Amino acid sequence: MSLERPDTVDDGAVERTPDELEALLGDLVVDRDDHLNAPGFVIRPDTVQETLSILKEQAGYDHLSVVSAQEYENRYESIYHLKKFDDPTQEVSVVVPADKDDPVSESAEPVFRTADWHEREAYDLIGIEYDDHPDLRRILLPETWQGHPLSMDYDLDRPQIATLPEHANPLEDHHKDAESDTMFLNIGPHHPATHGVLHLKTTLDGEQVVDVEPDIGYLHRSEEQMAQSGTYRHQIMPYPDRWDYISAGLLNEWAYARAAEDLADIEVPEYAQVIRTMGAEMCRIAAHMLALATFALDINGDFTATFMYAINDRERVQNLLEDLTGQRLMFNYFRLGGVVWDLPEPREEFFSKTRDFLDQLPESVEEYHNLITSNEVFQMRTIDTGVLPPEVAKNYGATGPVARGSGVDYDLRRDDPYGYYDELDWDVVTEEGCDNFSRLLVRMREVEESAKIIGQCVDLLEDWPEDERNIQANVPRTLRPDDDTEIYRAVEGAKGELGIYIRADGTDKPARFKIRSPCFSNLQTLPEMANGEYIPDVVAALGSLDIVLGEVDR
Amino acid sequence: MSSDQPFITDESQVVTETRDARMTGQGDRFNSRLREAFGSSPFILTKFDKFLNWCRGSSMFMLQFGIACCSIEMMHTYAVKHDLDRFGSGVPRASPRQADVMIVPGTIVSKFAPRMKRVYDQMPEPKFVVGMGSCTISGGPFQEGYNVIKGAEEVIPIDIHVPGCPPRPEALVYGVVKLQERIANGEAAPVTVKPYELEEFSDLERDELVDKLADQIDDDELVMRYNFADSP
Repeated sequence: MSLERPDTVDDGAVERTPDELEALLGDLVVDRDDHLNAPGFVIRPDTVQETLSILKEQAGYDHLSVVSAQEYENRYESIYHLKKFDDPTQEVSVVVPADKDDPVSESAEPVFRTADWHEREAYDLIGIEYDDHPDLRRILLPETWQGHPLSMDYDLDRPQIATLPEHANPLEDHHKDAESDTMFLNIGPHHPATHGVLHLKTTLDGEQVVDVEPDIGYLHRSEEQMAQSGTYRHQIMPYPDRWDYISAGLLNEWAYARAAEDLADIEVPEYAQVIRTMGAEMCRIAAHMLALATFALDINGDFTATFMYAINDRERVQNLLEDLTGQRLMFNYFRLGGVVWDLPEPREEFFSKTRDFLDQLPESVEEYHNLITSNEVFQMRTIDTGVLPPEVAKNYGATGPVARGSGVDYDLRRDDPYGYYDELDWDVVTEEGCDNFSRLLVRMREVEESAKIIGQCVDLLEDWPEDERNIQANVPRTLRPDDDTEIYRAVEGAKGELGIYIRADGTDKPARFKIRSPCFSNLQTLPEMANGEYIPDVVAALGSLDIVLGEVDR
Repeated sequence: MSSDQPFITDESQVVTETRDARMTGQGDRFNSRLREAFGSSPFILTKFDKFLNWCRGSSMFMLQFGIACCSIEMMHTYAVKHDLDRFGSGVPRASPRQADVMIVPGTIVSKFAPRMKRVYDQMPEPKFVVGMGSCTISGGPFQEGYNVIKGAEEVIPIDIHVPGCPPRPEALVYGVVKLQERIANGEAAPVTVKPYELEEFSDLERDELVDKLADQIDDDELVMRYNFADSP
């Protein structure tokens, strides 16, 4: 065997078998705990940094998707789901058990910056403490919260106290310390530019931002608890619609459907996959239209033209989606093994409406280019502001249009194909600018790519033989995946890699349901983009990240 | 003159002399159908309160206040196609100090409830609240959540509830118009003491939890205490 450790960094393309990886890690591996999607290596809680650095630097696993933590009867466990930006089908899980009485584990933050927030969340909800973590405090719940709500002994009825701390008045002489001349500025949680209930704690030096710290959790609706108390077959599917609620419902439903279908080994009929692909891309157009509308609102204060035009285009897509699913926003259209019903009758009318929409779309996009991207004021505000270099983006686990705007060529629709995407002709859009403008351009060009996909799906559906229109596989009424099977599966949501980790315990409800939200990781990059810039650039950078707080907080 | 015809527009029956006298010296541009309808009388006789309430109901400034999923439908209600402005209530104001009506569009969680109460307190009287969606009624689909307040009414008084998850823009328009009707009729929701109020930490009843947090929270800091066991 030729398994000597290479001195140089791998180019990432080399695929290693699980055994080769185990040999690479050597004594670090205590045990194996394979997941359905990836080999899992159990390591000791004090060797997290060492293990992850070897995997990152020598084996090319440069993307820490998510840290999912959970409590068992006899131990705590954090799982680091790693994959490669170059090839996300190469995955590996690092399983770190921690002591039941004193759950302490080493932090991965020095290796992957993105672990910072993920570990804070694990501490907040589960109660695992991370050694060597730079700033281990609660992230989603109020700081004064008692107990860790997803741990096993949590009592739902216990009283809680939330505080409303005195807001620092920026007009008083409020200095960071006696020497410096900085000012503290609160933005949010009720503010038009924060796209929901986000709170930015900003420290200013004159007009320049010294430090910005996003404070999240104002919309933490216990989504993971909700999913863990629902049955696989029907009760979980309505919730994904409400994670990323910007009409991206079908994309989110697909994330759950994909994970659960792989877990329960369900094959989806091809016809249903085409309908799913079409619906999902309509959702992507709607979501990107709103991103465009609010971005124009943030930059130009343009409530009259661009905002209204984009909302108008959204209405058109929403009408199509309503015809298809019966709902405007919360579709609940996917079922495990397919979709709930076939295309609306008369089919010709639906197809012609869809084609009408696709036909007028290039004109709309042209109009947006005239209104915003070729607008000099707009360009001055967005070009070369909010710069996010590709290496930083990767380190923070940024995905979706944010990563693609930084030239990271990563799109799960192509790299880890699902649905019908690999049969269709479309391109992954990337831009090299790394700034606010590039991220907007990526979204606008993705709208056109989505339209291409929808057009091809419509052609396929139109010619589909009538007796082969199978919309759902045969799925048992109650699903009980095998005990102790674990899976992490992701799809390309509107904002990036939307992943679900499920651990089954033999019952009809998941024992652990963890949502990897793209916005959560993307928002973490905000200080990198905003520090040192002017205060209006913070607003621009935040707008270009296109976060949705329902998904950040879950 | 029949009683079911409040305004007479038939030229022949209007005492035109008075109207003409009133119009003298003014260009045609100042004439309007409304003026013609009022006919001979340049005056309207009504109660001052009634008139004021009619003004209030006909020109409402909404608070630009987005929380969760419902705020997307709320934006659609403000924007083209549904255009809430047609009903005289479509201009969202970013500052609570300029707003009359607050639409609560989404789930209220423990961390946000004190902030929402603060925003509500900052609005000038008279102020009205439209609760949008199931979450503001009962917590909706998230009612069982460990962090979710079981309805916005636990924190602030609500005049109109619009059910749905989320309600369609048409439903929200209906709710807002109903609110306008109520305001024009001088009806208001009874203001009651809410289960969850902002209070100073030192005013809380001493118990185990308060003792435990005593070294973390200042005495004069505003807090909201949730007794989840008593929630519906």
